[in-house]
Amino acid sequence: MTPYREPPDSRPASLPHLLVVCLLSLPLLTGAWGCKGGPGPAAHAVCIAGSTSVQPFAEKLAEIFMHQHPEMRVDVQGGGSSAGIHAATQGAANLGASSRELLGPEKQLIEVPIAYDGIAVIVHPANPLNDLSVAQLKEIFMGKLTNWRDFGLPPREIDAINREEGSGTREAFEDLVMGKAEVSPASMVQDSNGAVREIVAGDPNAIAYISAGLVDHRVKALTIEGVAPTPENVKNHTYKLRRRFLLVSREAPTGSCQQFVDFVLSPPGQQILEKEGLVGVQ
Amino acid sequence: MQPGKFIERVLFLLALSSISSLALITIFIFLEGGPLIYFAGLKNFLASSHWAPTKGHFGILAMIVSSLLVTLGAMVIGIPLGLSCAIVLAEFSPTRLKLVLKPTLELLAGIPSVVYGFLGVVWLVPLIRDYLGGPGLSLLAAAIILGIMILPTIISISIDALSAVPALYRDGSIALGATQWQTVRRVVLPAASSGIMTAIILGMGRAVGETMAVIMVAGNALKLPASILDPVRTLTSNIALELGYAAGRHREALFATGIVLFVIIMILNLCATLVTRRR
Repeated sequence: MTPYREPPDSRPASLPHLLVVCLLSLPLLTGAWGCKGGPGPAAHAVCIAGSTSVQPFAEKLAEIFMHQHPEMRVDVQGGGSSAGIHAATQGAANLGASSRELLGPEKQLIEVPIAYDGIAVIVHPANPLNDLSVAQLKEIFMGKLTNWRDFGLPPREIDAINREEGSGTREAFEDLVMGKAEVSPASMVQDSNGAVREIVAGDPNAIAYISAGLVDHRVKALTIEGVAPTPENVKNHTYKLRRRFLLVSREAPTGSCQQFVDFVLSPPGQQILEKEGLVGVQ
Repeated sequence: MQPGKFIERVLFLLALSSISSLALITIFIFLEGGPLIYFAGLKNFLASSHWAPTKGHFGILAMIVSSLLVTLGAMVIGIPLGLSCAIVLAEFSPTRLKLVLKPTLELLAGIPSVVYGFLGVVWLVPLIRDYLGGPGLSLLAAAIILGIMILPTIISISIDALSAVPALYRDGSIALGATQWQTVRRVVLPAASSGIMTAIILGMGRAVGETMAVIMVAGNALKLPASILDPVRTLTSNIALELGYAAGRHREALFATGIVLFVIIMILNLCATLVTRRR
């Protein structure tokens, strides 16, 4: 019998298809990591890129700043702390947002601390556990304590959820909790505070860490060595897991950039941050 | 120059540009990722599962294994479902039903993968966690979601292959006294087999390359999975998860992950070509 050769509708890519693909890829080629306009001619535009932990707060600040100064435009993008620092170094963004400290050669950048943030350790609301020590937390994430039985709870495996390599929240967590120890490869990984919170809200056996400003009623924040991650405790340094949020730039900010930074550090700007759950630096 | 000749040249150049973009992508991936493989050593890169790129460990064995297992799982779920669906639609259902069902199935292909992933997280993952144990985010969840996602590919190409078998074959077989089922099994399926093989391999390609839905339901842990209920990280998820944050060696390591993915997909495509040619 004659063998069947080709599926009847093998469609060759047509000319219009090709053109569309070319046109669509143009913006990717020209503006992949920068912001619209970039630092160049549009003098009233400020571009901020970086940490996904800082992003929601920066967006809020930008919105209010633009409301007060209608002639200004502030673009806020995510991408992560390292990407933000990289963008600021390259000049692709006016300001980089970082939720971790600057490392090595990055220290040449100018840093402006804008707020403190606690890192909350969260579990499912149905979990009766209320308190952990830093040492216990470390053992859970190292994979040494793997069962809730070890905490006097019903025997279920602990589902530890981590952030991905390079995330500012993870780097801060490793700094503050893990020390030199490595996070267990058996722990799960999610790529944003929101995704982590979503998983913990659904999984009664989960434990994870997120920015304290982003804790809501669907998850329970544990106290660490008896101290809750409240803004007051972060402010008076009694809560152990805390980090700085930084804005970084290549040169001392000028013009609209300077105005935005001044606004963030001004009492109204700091109040906005505190209302959103962070702790001001002033 | 004759106008016909001119248009021919222009079309040739345009055709060349699409091929050259493929070549550029290939060169780019290899240039970006190659140095890291050289730096870490091919053996350390492929045969270790210690992945901590910011601390100088670049082993991706666990991810290669996970990618293959997730794809295998998707095929185990997708092939029987897709093939039986295609056989029923092509051979055993009235034309009118087929006219309704086939476009509906193809609509399945238009659903964005993030929607599949979301459904997986809110519906499938809790089911697995409550009834089978483990964290729910698992190899099994990823395999089921991918199995469903590759159905439209497998079904529509298989239907096309089955319908392309000349009616003469069926008539001949029935005339010899075979039942309809015997005809399908002994005559139509063998005649359409290379088309069905193409369907399966294209489905497999989609499963290997799918990223978004897998990130959402697979749990992304770095360990070699010990059971189907363990969370796993595939090669594609690894790139997508970490690219936003990566710099320096870490970024190169992700491109090197891309090289491995590229080679795996090339091997799959080569198999597809060989299988379809031999028959």
